[in-house]
Amino acid sequence: MYFASALPEIIILTFACLSLLADCFLKKHFRQINYYIAQTALILAALASIKLLNFPTVYTYSGMFSLDPISTLLKLFIYITSFFSFLYARAFFETEKNIPVAEYYVLGLFSVLGMMVMLSSENLIPLFLGLEILSLPLYAMIALKRHNAISAEAAMKYFIMGSFASAMLLYGMSLLYGLTQSLNIHEIANVFSQGMTTHNLVFACAIVFIVSGIAFKLGAAPFHVWAPDIYHGAPSIMSLFLGSAPKIAILGLTFKLLIQAMPDLQLQWRPLLILVALLSMGLGNIVAVAQTNLKRMLAYSSIAHMGYMSLGLIAGNQEGYAACIFYIFTYALMTLGGFAMISILSKSGIEAESIADFKGLNSKSPWLAFLMLLLMFSMAGVPPTVGFFAKLGVLTALVNVNLVWLATVALIFAIIGAYYYIAVIKAMYFESESTPNPLPIIPLDAKIAISTNALLLLFLGFSPGFLFQLCQRVLI
Amino acid sequence: MFLHSILSTLIFLPISGGVAILAFSNEHQGRRAKLIALISSLLSISLCFLLYYRFDLTLPTMQFQESSVWIQPLNIYYFLGIDGISLPMILLTCFITLLVVLDAWHTIHEKITQYLAAFLIMQGIIVGVFSALDSILFYVFWEAMLIPMYLAIGIWGSQNRFYASIKFFIYTFFGSALMLVALLYLRYKANSFSILDFYSVQLNMLPQTLIFFAFLLAFAIKIPMFPVHTWLPDAHTEAPAGGSVILAAIMLKIGAYGFLRFSFPIVPDACKHFDLLLIILSLFAIIYIGFIAIIQKDMKRLIAYSSIAHMGFVTLGCFSIYRIVEHSKNISAALMSIEGAMVQMVSHGFSSAALFLGVGILYHQLHTRLIKDYGGVANTMPVFAAFFMLFMMANVGLPGTSGFVGEFMVILSSFQANPWIAFLATSTVVLSAAYSLWMYKRVFYGKVANTTISHLKDIKMIDMANFSLLTLMILGLGLYPDSLLKILHPTIEHLLTLSLQSKLI
Repeated sequence: MYFASALPEIIILTFACLSLLADCFLKKHFRQINYYIAQTALILAALASIKLLNFPTVYTYSGMFSLDPISTLLKLFIYITSFFSFLYARAFFETEKNIPVAEYYVLGLFSVLGMMVMLSSENLIPLFLGLEILSLPLYAMIALKRHNAISAEAAMKYFIMGSFASAMLLYGMSLLYGLTQSLNIHEIANVFSQGMTTHNLVFACAIVFIVSGIAFKLGAAPFHVWAPDIYHGAPSIMSLFLGSAPKIAILGLTFKLLIQAMPDLQLQWRPLLILVALLSMGLGNIVAVAQTNLKRMLAYSSIAHMGYMSLGLIAGNQEGYAACIFYIFTYALMTLGGFAMISILSKSGIEAESIADFKGLNSKSPWLAFLMLLLMFSMAGVPPTVGFFAKLGVLTALVNVNLVWLATVALIFAIIGAYYYIAVIKAMYFESESTPNPLPIIPLDAKIAISTNALLLLFLGFSPGFLFQLCQRVLI
Repeated sequence: MFLHSILSTLIFLPISGGVAILAFSNEHQGRRAKLIALISSLLSISLCFLLYYRFDLTLPTMQFQESSVWIQPLNIYYFLGIDGISLPMILLTCFITLLVVLDAWHTIHEKITQYLAAFLIMQGIIVGVFSALDSILFYVFWEAMLIPMYLAIGIWGSQNRFYASIKFFIYTFFGSALMLVALLYLRYKANSFSILDFYSVQLNMLPQTLIFFAFLLAFAIKIPMFPVHTWLPDAHTEAPAGGSVILAAIMLKIGAYGFLRFSFPIVPDACKHFDLLLIILSLFAIIYIGFIAIIQKDMKRLIAYSSIAHMGFVTLGCFSIYRIVEHSKNISAALMSIEGAMVQMVSHGFSSAALFLGVGILYHQLHTRLIKDYGGVANTMPVFAAFFMLFMMANVGLPGTSGFVGEFMVILSSFQANPWIAFLATSTVVLSAAYSLWMYKRVFYGKVANTTISHLKDIKMIDMANFSLLTLMILGLGLYPDSLLKILHPTIEHLLTLSLQSKLI
């Protein structure tokens, strides 16, 4: 039981070390092997996690480590999104020779390891360690294209902002420790449920720091300013990793800190989250309208999505949390697809990142245009794509706890949001490019990956029941 | 066995037809695409015949029901069924799509495969809207409908298509968002997403009012009612002929269908309370928009405004029931009022489709929609001119054509509500004659205006077939409206009892 419960982590760590060694000792043209090592690691870890999904919650390693269905499900989502990220990366590295290839996968695997450690920790210390293991490789990853000034700037910004966010979170956690004399999440919950008074400044500070730290890490307003610059500055192959898997992990962190550690204090953190959600949905959607750069637009759209996702937390019941998990996974799939499309259409290092680059795509490749159409409509939340059901889930949860006004406001912002998504479709379908610009050659695996990715959004839209059920089941 | 899933077949047959076109033909295989589209349309039509003959005309309840769990955790069902209100709309949808497919035969050259696929998929989705009995399923179809229409306007539209398509999308998307909140609230109360369960929910006046306005926004934009009608002239004018036909003949009806399916049975007290507002808005549509139609320079814009005016009759017929019952204590007059509105919907489906197809034929040859560029077309296209005359007469509401029946029933019953309403509504007789006939005179009569008109060719066989089908329908409904009324009667009787009972707690 001891080892079995940590098997996925052990697998990822072993393979990460293995690929590090391979990178050191193999000749340069063998380094593609790192890609296969990374993908094998993810598949094996996924198999292990699927086995562990049906296990009841287990606490082990002196109460530091916990294995619960929620974290296992989130881990599975992380493997899937990382798998897609690596696939897209491989295709991208075929044309882009200026980035060290092997390091990408090593850093990626270590980051995944950090997410897993964070999701499985039952104690605030490993929780924070996991967060740092997750973040450090990401800083390096963005800096991989180090000769590019914009990339270097993005990496520096991300490093400073990320450290700042970690510090806030750490400060919040230390206040929590000061209040409860415990680092163990369960014991903290026990102390609070035994009627500890929460009407004091220390607790208020702890809550504020924790919520802002989380909002920072999620890239939700008003702590969002780093997101557009970094998504824009980093190569889209990094942005797609950055925008998907870590967000899933941060949702796990939120569950641990807000819901598991303070189960009865919902009314204390709810107003803060409502503020974060309103600002994120409003600001993300409105500012995105003015963007001409697709990467910046997707960054703002991701800010808005984080707002919608937190609506499920605000609802504050099983239904809402399940909707939250559902939302984050579909969000990750959409973000992956959106950035992957930019990366696939880029030619010899020049990215198709402006919306104008998508002009006339329907005439050049109806299939790719159709996939992008699915991605955009799903982000806008138009049925029959899954984006609608993700929104429906959180809104239903909100209406059921009598927050009809918040649901209404959320929908009004969604309408504003629809404008910039359909502007992309307009460019692809209605306009034609001024100078003919043939499509780059797209590797077969990338083509299959993007097709699966986008069609998954349609398929999940036709039958979202299974995924919803899975999200609900792990919460019980 | 087969009859149990006939509605699903009617939804998914054209959708798979559309997918098949995209999968099996490319730009150079337009013939194959047309063939698939034609087969799919004809199969749908034959299914419609079956549907019609198996429909029990005596029952007011939902028939051909299909129900299975769709999304279990959210309690959403794949629940279909039709009654006397949805059946005519489904028949109309399948019929009009056939016309659009036939019309595309010669007129569309660019991206013909995607064009046909878009319209076939749209047909399936619209049938879905009319047969969905689960509110979320309804909403999914309702929103999904926007996607092919948005693409149709944007890809095959004329010069100003970007503006028109985005305006169309945002307007309708905006309308439906609040409806979703209303549906979620009703689910919270009814603990089910089924529309039929919503009917029995007791609601206070405040929630009723809020729900009423949420629905009103969605449906009024779709119909469209004054003053949220401004998207329609743009969308109609810029859309390709097929797009305008589907928009005018079917999509506008979805708004009125929404009133009958949702507003009246779910929030009857709010409907009663705000009926004067709706009556005034309807009269505004009839009179004010009628005047606006007269001064239009663009033929398509003129027909678009005339559509708004005609839809004013539909909403007038629906919302005058409360006053009719109050003043005359006469249920049968209220019944006639709603039935008149339904007949008007179907009739307008035929006449607007015919007019837009006709203008499409002229536009295809001359590439202008401005009335001043035409004159004396009757000299070079006599057959076409004869058909168009009939369609114009149907638009005016000449006795014998279908346009007369609906308007007459609505005006007659509105007398019972208030003679002034009837008086104002009757002005349509003058106004519609003015804009229709004046346009006809300027386009078709007189000397041949310029050399391009003297080179016009009369319509081809396929258009002749199209127009003959429409003529058959217009005269058939005009001379024997009972064929439609007997479908409507039991359902509308049932609807009226639901709409007249109070749901206040």
